[in-house]
Amino acid sequence: MIEPRTQLALYRTMLTIRVFEQRVAREFRTGEIPGFVHMYIGQEAVAAGVCASLGDADYVTSTHRGHGHCVAKGCDLGRMMAEIYGREDGLCKGRGGSMHIADCSRGMLGANAIVGGGIALATGAGLASSVRGSGETAVAFFGDGAANQGVLHESLNLAAIWKLPVVYVCENNGFAESTPSSYATSVPDVAMRAAAYGIPGVVADGSDVLEVYAAARTAVERARAGAGPTLLEVKTHRFMGHFEGDPDRYRDDDERRATRERDAIAGLHDRLLASGHATEDELEAIRAEIEAAVSKAVDFARASPLPDPAEVDRYVYPELLAQSATAW
Amino acid sequence: MVTTTAATRSLSLVDAVGEAMRQAMEADPNVIVMGEDVAGGAGRGEEKENAMGGSFGATKSLYPLFGPNRVRDTPISEAGFVGAAVGAAAAGLRPVVDAMWADFTGLAFDQIYNQASKMSFMFGGQARLPLTIRVAMGSGIGAGAQHSGTLYAIYTHLPGVKVVVPSTPYDAKGLLLESIFDDAPVLFFEHLKLYVARGPVPADAYRIPLGVAEVRRVGGDVTIVAIAAMVDRALEAAEQLAADGTSAEVIDPRTLSPLDVATIVASVEKTGALVVVDESPPQCSVASEIAAVVSEQAFDSLNGPVRRVTAPHAPVPFTPSLEAVYAPTVQSIVDAVGSLA
Repeated sequence: MIEPRTQLALYRTMLTIRVFEQRVAREFRTGEIPGFVHMYIGQEAVAAGVCASLGDADYVTSTHRGHGHCVAKGCDLGRMMAEIYGREDGLCKGRGGSMHIADCSRGMLGANAIVGGGIALATGAGLASSVRGSGETAVAFFGDGAANQGVLHESLNLAAIWKLPVVYVCENNGFAESTPSSYATSVPDVAMRAAAYGIPGVVADGSDVLEVYAAARTAVERARAGAGPTLLEVKTHRFMGHFEGDPDRYRDDDERRATRERDAIAGLHDRLLASGHATEDELEAIRAEIEAAVSKAVDFARASPLPDPAEVDRYVYPELLAQSATAW
Repeated sequence: MVTTTAATRSLSLVDAVGEAMRQAMEADPNVIVMGEDVAGGAGRGEEKENAMGGSFGATKSLYPLFGPNRVRDTPISEAGFVGAAVGAAAAGLRPVVDAMWADFTGLAFDQIYNQASKMSFMFGGQARLPLTIRVAMGSGIGAGAQHSGTLYAIYTHLPGVKVVVPSTPYDAKGLLLESIFDDAPVLFFEHLKLYVARGPVPADAYRIPLGVAEVRRVGGDVTIVAIAAMVDRALEAAEQLAADGTSAEVIDPRTLSPLDVATIVASVEKTGALVVVDESPPQCSVASEIAAVVSEQAFDSLNGPVRRVTAPHAPVPFTPSLEAVYAPTVQSIVDAVGSLA
């Protein structure tokens, strides 16, 4: 039994991601957001369900589809939105954008525009925790496309031999851009590959956030106990195309409709009502609160200036020199 | 130049590098060393552990002092362990990675180029990346095309990383300590031909700032900029040239990124001539970069064209007859200077 308070928190996180992303998609169509954006809509249960077991000091690395992980890790919505808008008040002062949002103060070590790019980084964050004995857990989020990158296999092996506190979360939404996982991956479940590294491989249903939460909690507890990594695969669906504007011709309408019928947010909404843990009014109030927060985030982003062109090469090298531990 | 005193011993470059790592690890618990065979024999029990101490022995003294938590033998997984070092650096450690040969960094290039080098910039200055990657490089020992490349030009090209090319044991120690405590990723190139060369090295820890060249020999007729193992050859060439009445100034840039342009330009303004000696293929090389910068900033001082003395546009050959003509020689440097007259 997952506590009602936790269930409501999961609902709030998932809905925040959904409303945030819907607003980004809408604003993107106005042309005010530079570059391109990859929507997390449909996959909310993964970020919410996993990050609910993490604290601020724990680390995550993310993907090109990273807004959901940022929200779930507790990043400020206004500074996130300003980053997506490329503004000076963005989390990365506009230098990163949608695909490189990071918030090191919350252990959010970056969205990543290289498929599989965050996997080794999370392994290293776990290594740092292990060397120091400081207790943080690191989570690497990656997609089914990254399941076929060599660095995943090197990292799983490294984390296994060193028993690093890392949870590898494969968000299998069925498609690497347009290429089906069923075509590109040699096994039906990415989690089966855990056997090759002698670590647990677990499959969870991404349309059920409580199942994701429970599976992730077990993996995080295992990591914290020093028992080593877990490969957790969550079967999920992206409701939108690969990127905003993708004509999505590799799926037909029926397929898309079917995925939306298994929406984790609607599922938890109905369960909260059925179990009596929340009323319709309470859930509506949460939605209204989130919508107001997201609108405020957009206003904050729009009001923030674009970075000064004179600073085009600023931050190439770190400016904040750490206090050296040495006397020389 | 350093003089030998009670506290200054004669050390080989490889031992100077090892001493720098030891002193860094003593000073800061966040410094760790990782790579293939940095201890050697991991998990084989006390007698067999630390069987290698690195492929060239640089890390030999570390394992007995700091143990397996901070001196980590890695599997042969360059992308995995270099990437893990990047993540560990972002999470607060100061990893020193032994990637063995410069050529092997190709396996980890995405981790260096797309992750480490861009992180501070992409994150708007949030991330510190105190990572040092040590590699061996250089021709002259019959190691063949995949164990000899210099590659420092490739890393000098990348914004966000720093590139260090020591030519003496003294510099190797001070520059490595500086690199380890720098908050940016540093590629640290150790030339194989210099590993056994001995020189005076103070026992105490000291740091040499990155971006400061050393004038190895003062002269008035021609400036010779030489990199790593080429410095000794340039000095020998300068000796021969002096016998013929040509006074050469020899500059060792010591770091290629940042590059001490001011020292090089000031020298050319004095001598009016420049020869750059670089043991790399010439296209888009550091020699080319130095030639270009001097052409832009000291063109009016030049009495003739800048000469580059480099390897041919070829990988490093294996067989002695070919390898012998690959890197610049004392004679080719003397000839290049002669061609300016």
